[in-house]
Amino acid sequence: MKILVCISQAPDTTSRIAFTDGGKTFDSTGVQYIVNPYDEWYALVRGIELKEAHGGTVTTITVGGAVCDPVIRKALAIGADDAVRVDAEPTDAMQTAELIASYAKNQAFDLILCGKETIDHNGSLVPAMVAEMLDWPFIALATHLEVEGIEASLKRESAGGTEHVKVNLPLVLSASKGMAEQRIPNMRGIMSARSKPLNVEQGEAAAMSSVRQFSLPPEKGACKIIPADQAEELIRLLREEAKAI
Amino acid sequence: MSVLAIVSLKNGQPTKGGLEAASYAAAYAQAQGVEAVALVAGPMQSDGGLGATGIVRVLHCATELSDSSQWARLADAASKECGASGVVLTHDHTGRAIGPRLAVRLQAGMVSGVTELPNAGAVRKNVFSGKAMADVEVSSNTVVYSVTPNAFGVRDGGGTAEVSAFSAEVGEARERVTGFDPASADGQTPLPEADLVVSAGRGLKGPENWGIVEDLAKALGATTACSRPVSDIGWRPHHEHVGQTGITIRPNLYIAAGISGAIQHLAGVNQSKVIVVINTDPEAPFFKAADYGIVGDAFEVLPRLTAAVKALDA
Repeated sequence: MKILVCISQAPDTTSRIAFTDGGKTFDSTGVQYIVNPYDEWYALVRGIELKEAHGGTVTTITVGGAVCDPVIRKALAIGADDAVRVDAEPTDAMQTAELIASYAKNQAFDLILCGKETIDHNGSLVPAMVAEMLDWPFIALATHLEVEGIEASLKRESAGGTEHVKVNLPLVLSASKGMAEQRIPNMRGIMSARSKPLNVEQGEAAAMSSVRQFSLPPEKGACKIIPADQAEELIRLLREEAKAI
Repeated sequence: MSVLAIVSLKNGQPTKGGLEAASYAAAYAQAQGVEAVALVAGPMQSDGGLGATGIVRVLHCATELSDSSQWARLADAASKECGASGVVLTHDHTGRAIGPRLAVRLQAGMVSGVTELPNAGAVRKNVFSGKAMADVEVSSNTVVYSVTPNAFGVRDGGGTAEVSAFSAEVGEARERVTGFDPASADGQTPLPEADLVVSAGRGLKGPENWGIVEDLAKALGATTACSRPVSDIGWRPHHEHVGQTGITIRPNLYIAAGISGAIQHLAGVNQSKVIVVINTDPEAPFFKAADYGIVGDAFEVLPRLTAAVKALDA
């Protein structure tokens, strides 16, 4: 099975979020970048598990500059075989999806696995856009994936529950919680990642949207503490003051 | 010209998210002085209440669709039929599958998870898991927006929409739905749509103690949720996990008992309108993000709250 996993870098969850340039640019000073958790924990690890079970290869693809190389090496250390970086500044989902789809078009992949969204832009757009550009089926928010021959059996989050779906390969999916468990790379993985191929490709595509301005939410007011032995007072406040119930 | 809402149905009725998308589309259409149209697929009685949200015309496809590719083709045909300059969906599983496919077909820029109507050519959405907002502008003539659940609300202005049959060539279905497991047997509102959520973490000490969480949720008509450690060790099902790697919610009220409030948990709940934290540890970081707090033992506090809610309604 030939598997492509889309990998994005994202600021570590604990990063301080601030902007420069009058709110136009994310301030990356001192920010530690990680593999976007949904891409790593769910999409990449499930891809590697399927390769281990059925044979084949796992390739990762990332759109971005050389600054992304450390997180790509991390994905290789976890167990991907090789990596592609499309050397372009990712601007929006349409452009990123087009760069990924143009690369994937002639490579005969069976599966393209993506995380459900990145934790910076929270877009959740690239996976289905890639599917449409390739005219492949797409499963959003997949929590389970098994492959037998050319048939994939999946579960996905749906309104009020979990839907079971069968689809023939090739297929694009976006992975959500339940798909796989986090894998910590071992020393051998980290060593071998250094010599695995990381191919840089050129590509060009047009973006259709851009951020005009970032802003921070208003500060929360102080927390009102209610004594534990007057817990009933909380319910009164929730109804009369907060009007939440 | 028009704005088109893609409305998903459940049991013959628009979902809450679908009504929110319709309400957003109607308000957006009104601001531009164009017609608000909705597209539905599957059995539905009369206008399904869409007229009350401000929708003027409903395009009704009698065939139920689940395949995102078929849906995108149907929506593509519908948006051409009504000359849509904007298409609005819900930012749920449908908006994540159909919206981006449709945007590619229409060659339209898409913004997902919007929280407000567009203003001066840009539309606001939350980014960095709720820690910041971005105003995004789209350069194409047509735009596709998906609306964050519980952000915009459902308009109820009375009125009925004219319903007309609609169909289009949508190609073969490639997905085959073979089963469905409901998230809860007792008819709780699904977490992403819930207005009220009662959540608990490791402070509850074991799955056998969840009765007091469920009792409060039941008294409030709330949905239950949990923290990541609790779902990871199997005390609660995965679909209840809210937080960075679970699901993001935006209820009116989020009550958290026995959850310390790690940054990963906050990322999933910090857009809740009112946050209540119950914890024995007064230094728990969650209190900094809370509107109301009780420093106390969940085993004593939760039953008192349940009794107080019941007394309220008595």
